[in-house]
Amino acid sequence: MATIVGAITTSHVPAIGGAIARGLQDEPYWKPFFGAFGRAREWLEEVKPDIAVVVYNDHGLQFFLDKMPTFAVGAADEYRNADEGWGLPTMPPYRGSAAFSWHLIESLVADEFDVTSCQEVLVDHAFTVPMQLLWPSGCPVATVPVLVNTVQHPLPSPTRCLKFGRALGRAIESYEENLRILVVGTGGLSHQLDGARAGFINREFDQMCMAKIVEEPDALGAYSIPELVELAGTQGVELLNWLVARAALGGRVSRIHSNYHVPISNTASGMMVLEHRS
Amino acid sequence: MKRRQIPGTTVFDGAQARKGYALNRMCYSFNDAANRAEFLRDEDAYCRRFGLNEAQRAAIRRRNVLELIAAGGNVYYLAKFAGIFRLDVQDIGAQQTGMTKEAFKAMLAEKGK
Repeated sequence: MATIVGAITTSHVPAIGGAIARGLQDEPYWKPFFGAFGRAREWLEEVKPDIAVVVYNDHGLQFFLDKMPTFAVGAADEYRNADEGWGLPTMPPYRGSAAFSWHLIESLVADEFDVTSCQEVLVDHAFTVPMQLLWPSGCPVATVPVLVNTVQHPLPSPTRCLKFGRALGRAIESYEENLRILVVGTGGLSHQLDGARAGFINREFDQMCMAKIVEEPDALGAYSIPELVELAGTQGVELLNWLVARAALGGRVSRIHSNYHVPISNTASGMMVLEHRS
Repeated sequence: MKRRQIPGTTVFDGAQARKGYALNRMCYSFNDAANRAEFLRDEDAYCRRFGLNEAQRAAIRRRNVLELIAAGGNVYYLAKFAGIFRLDVQDIGAQQTGMTKEAFKAMLAEKGK
């Protein structure tokens, strides 16, 4: 059977991709962010995943507002990146695993999560930037994009995302092949790009979330979406992707590594490496 | 349902999505470099093609992000419009808060201390 080797959560803002493209990782502005990924890469070398299930939100590359699925799952053998309009280099295609994806979709729907299945997904920076951070010289694993609507309200509640994550975990672990699966949750932490409150950051709330997500993720289920918007910012609601990834891991977890740094671009950056605790 | 009011914040909900549909659809088209070039070649014709209303057309003309949001714009789509002029989210943040970009970046850096 497939096993979940752990979860990595990380910010995904386009400026990270821009810094990678310009080779700025060791600049004083960026070092406190990029420096944290060495330990994550060492851990990946140890746990050797075969597939990464990447939980993220699209930002208007794949989905327009004509149809907006709450939860969507990629079901292809390849995923392409494309121009998003503001200058990031387009990344080479990512390998998928349609057979594994369809198993996830069948299991999730049987588990009462009626996801949108997608035989084509254009993956945006929220997928490609984390893959670049984890594997700078190219993504060696197959991938499954799992998309959560954090763009157009109503958004799924934190409680719903925790339940979805648990169902995703059950789906992964019921796959018959002996594959090693990494779950990645991208986005956050607190930030707001739009409105007169642009530049909003909430260090205290972020750090509380990073603590609770390890020991007591259900406590974060108590927040409503409007409360999350107020406390984390209009884009800080990407915390939902972290909740899905954490819940997929299930049970008790250990924090292998974590980092929190303000600011990168307009964002409070966070990353965590989590694995099962026996 | 009573909406929670958060200062300086517009939640992009169904009402905003309906109001901003034409504007966001135009901005979504800017994923394509040929469309970005076409907008620059003939802005009026491009906006007409997408059926922008007067408020949206004026906000596009003024390159004003707060007005674009008031007209139903979603920031992820507006970012593609800003990209045409090589403006990033820190330029947008500075404009919306009435700061220079340097001051906006310094404000963010201060939060890291």
